[in-house]
Amino acid sequence: MLNEYRYCNMPFDIIADAVKAKFVDVSTSEFRDNRRLHVPPAQAYDVLKTLKEQYGFNMLFELTAADYLKYPNATDRFGVVYGLLNMTTGERIYVRTFLNEPDLTLPSTFSLWKGANWLEREVYDMYGIVFAGHPDLRRILLPEMFTSFPLRKDYPLRGRGERHNFPVITRAES
Amino acid sequence: MKKFILHPSSFLLANMPLEALATLPEGPDKDYLWTLNFGPQHPATHTTLRLILTLDGETVVKAVPDIGFLHSGFEKLGEDLDFNQYVTIVDRMNYVSPIANEIAWHLTIEKLMGIELTPRCKYIRTILAELARISDHLLCAGAQALDLGAFTAFLYGFQQREVIAEIYETISGQRFHPSYTRVGGLLFDVTDDFVRQVRTFVKEFPKTHADMCRLLNRNRIFLERTQGIGVLSKELAIDLSCTGPIARSSGVVRDLRKDEPYLAYGDFQSAFKVICAQEGDSYARYQVRMEEMLESLKIIDAAIENLPAGAVNVDVESKAVFPAQTSVYRSIESMIQHFELVMPNRQWSPPVDEVYGCIESPNGELGFYVVSDGTGVAYRARTRPPSYIHFAVFPYLIVGHQLSDVVAVLGSLNIIAAELDR
Repeated sequence: MLNEYRYCNMPFDIIADAVKAKFVDVSTSEFRDNRRLHVPPAQAYDVLKTLKEQYGFNMLFELTAADYLKYPNATDRFGVVYGLLNMTTGERIYVRTFLNEPDLTLPSTFSLWKGANWLEREVYDMYGIVFAGHPDLRRILLPEMFTSFPLRKDYPLRGRGERHNFPVITRAES
Repeated sequence: MKKFILHPSSFLLANMPLEALATLPEGPDKDYLWTLNFGPQHPATHTTLRLILTLDGETVVKAVPDIGFLHSGFEKLGEDLDFNQYVTIVDRMNYVSPIANEIAWHLTIEKLMGIELTPRCKYIRTILAELARISDHLLCAGAQALDLGAFTAFLYGFQQREVIAEIYETISGQRFHPSYTRVGGLLFDVTDDFVRQVRTFVKEFPKTHADMCRLLNRNRIFLERTQGIGVLSKELAIDLSCTGPIARSSGVVRDLRKDEPYLAYGDFQSAFKVICAQEGDSYARYQVRMEEMLESLKIIDAAIENLPAGAVNVDVESKAVFPAQTSVYRSIESMIQHFELVMPNRQWSPPVDEVYGCIESPNGELGFYVVSDGTGVAYRARTRPPSYIHFAVFPYLIVGHQLSDVVAVLGSLNIIAAELDR
């Protein structure tokens, strides 16, 4: 028990330095009260696992993505953000990782936090980012037959007419 | 306290991890299991939720939620509407406490732009956020009782929700979707009528609250149908990202109003307590909500009696708010500033960065993750909807219980489908 909470009151800098020492390609940034670690996708799972197991970040409060297709000075296409919370100290940390086509795959964090289940499904549904190892990676908000990923920036605001082409089931067929 | 006793086989099911259950109802010896489609149009789901339940007699062995019936692309709209326009969409997420969504949205935008609100604005928003909490909890507790057959408490709750709706109408002109907050302030300043109405509400509300408590707290039917039903352990609550009353009724001591004070909550730290329970069942969730209402009332009482004077919007020089109407008509500078905020190619110029901001909404942590590309329209407007996170918990809670307990658990989670699907 003591081991688990030993690092709990560490400020962000110490955590960031320790993670940087362990994983070479990690960098940090800060804006307002959001402290972020920038991690290459190959190391994302290991960094998240370290943060959970060694630094007590036991809640995944947010998992989302953004498409940087039309973003000024963007170098990568997709960014995935993990928001972690340490329930003992109330400290938050954000882990960002960037993905580019054609390899839109990240390891699933369902084995670390069960709360990742639906959050990862939503990111898959909206952006087409695949979480390898997810137990049930299906579309969640959109119907199964939907083919596009609507929150991508190359998807038009008014859609591509999918709504008008939904199959209609009559009472006799059901 | 009466302990709910499950059939031994059901008890095993209740403690089984969900992944193991995925394979459970297969096989030729399991063909007595039957599937029930619950919803999307069902009176007890209140909104359009669908559950596919696999039942062993009347015991639920598997529940698969199917959501998305109300998905209307709110987040995509957030990438097209500017910071002030999007507030009307945000309103329609959790329509039971719309003003909490507005406050969360604009708090995130103000965090992004680095705007410090005026004390008066902070106090008014605090009062409104707490009124929203009361109105949300009234509906949730009332509807939970309604689903279990107790209609009167629901009506008592709605009578007070009506009073809150009238307060919304006084401040903004709209009863249901006030769209009252703006970047750096509010649509209008409040009037004396508002203060009078809030004072009356503070005085009258405890009576309704006591009536509801008398109807439900020791109601034998209500107790037997909620105690020990849908138990969520503390570890599971944290693992499944639960927040708000649902996490607090499982023994998680966390309330953003205390832990990360925003708005004027810093001034009321001694005025209210964080309500927690340990049982984690449907009844504990009901009790936490009922007690939270009284704590909210204390905040409202303290805030309305100490309402600071002064401007409600931040300084016009910040270029974030509209100048007063009279000065727009009488000076060219104000008119230009008004135009600049309205024209889509001018508007605000926030830093090119991204930020997550959140509040303790009635349902839990309601957050927005805003990516800004330096224009007045969010590049990405992600909502962290508590209903979405809490509905993912439902399959863990219901397995091993009876079919009739589905509504008892669903009612206690307070799932708002518009926020769930966005």
